[in-house]
Amino acid sequence: MARMRFICDAERCIECNACVTACKQENEVPWGVNRRRVVTINDGVPGERSISVACMHCSDAPCIAVCPVDCIYHTEEGVVLHDKDICIGCGYCFYACPFGAPQFPQTGAFGVRGKMDKCTFCAGGPEPNNSEAEFKKYGRNRPAEGKLPACAEMCSTKALLGGDADVLSDIYRERVTMRAARGTPGTPPWGWATAYGAPEPGKSPAAAPPPAPAPAPTGGKS
Amino acid sequence: MIARIACGLVLGVLVVVVAGCGERPQVIEYKQGKYQGKPDQPPWDGAKFNGNRNEWELAIKQRNQNQNEYRRTN
Repeated sequence: MARMRFICDAERCIECNACVTACKQENEVPWGVNRRRVVTINDGVPGERSISVACMHCSDAPCIAVCPVDCIYHTEEGVVLHDKDICIGCGYCFYACPFGAPQFPQTGAFGVRGKMDKCTFCAGGPEPNNSEAEFKKYGRNRPAEGKLPACAEMCSTKALLGGDADVLSDIYRERVTMRAARGTPGTPPWGWATAYGAPEPGKSPAAAPPPAPAPAPTGGKS
Repeated sequence: MIARIACGLVLGVLVVVVAGCGERPQVIEYKQGKYQGKPDQPPWDGAKFNGNRNEWELAIKQRNQNQNEYRRTN
């Protein structure tokens, strides 16, 4: 079994924030905590790029290294999770994380920092699978139901992929190959088969898409 | 007199150069934290998969293909 991973295709992300909404809805994330967010570079400028960022479930996670109470762990599938019953909300993991993934709910009158909350790959935490305690503390446990993270599964442009790293690599490789070959004879432009159906074998080439010129770099989103 | 000064200079340079060898590494060696919390239950260890890891992996791989629009549309 390969490790569970996220990958976000900046060529496809349209900054719709559906992943953020899906995450909040699926896991009933409290107000003020964003386990996932969309970051845009050169916002408003032609050629801007967006990516969806959350915990990247690092192989050598710095949050695990710095946690003073050792409440963060790796699952067998490579997902980084933590035990909220042990977390003291010190915030070291926030400083150590290069992605700003750990979040801290503000609780109390003086804005006291609560226990750390972060993306769980929709895999809950160290409570019995799909139990009420697990849902209350960490959110849904989708892998235990044979599902993948809600953010990736509901991404409309499939910019955000989540799941088995080997499968993701295959999907991404195929996508990049198709993207590179777009518009060349013999390779239908992206979306052609969706709109008009795949050309049937033995049928006249008129049914096949016309050769289109290579797209000129416009600097916009593709 | 000049020989002494030269000798002193050479010794001084040697001390400075060799002192570099005694430099300690300043990079932190990360140790893997020893998890103190409750043991977690693997995702295949539930009602749906009854501990069958292979079945779970297959389900996840098949589900993953839903994110591949080239497979979904053709």
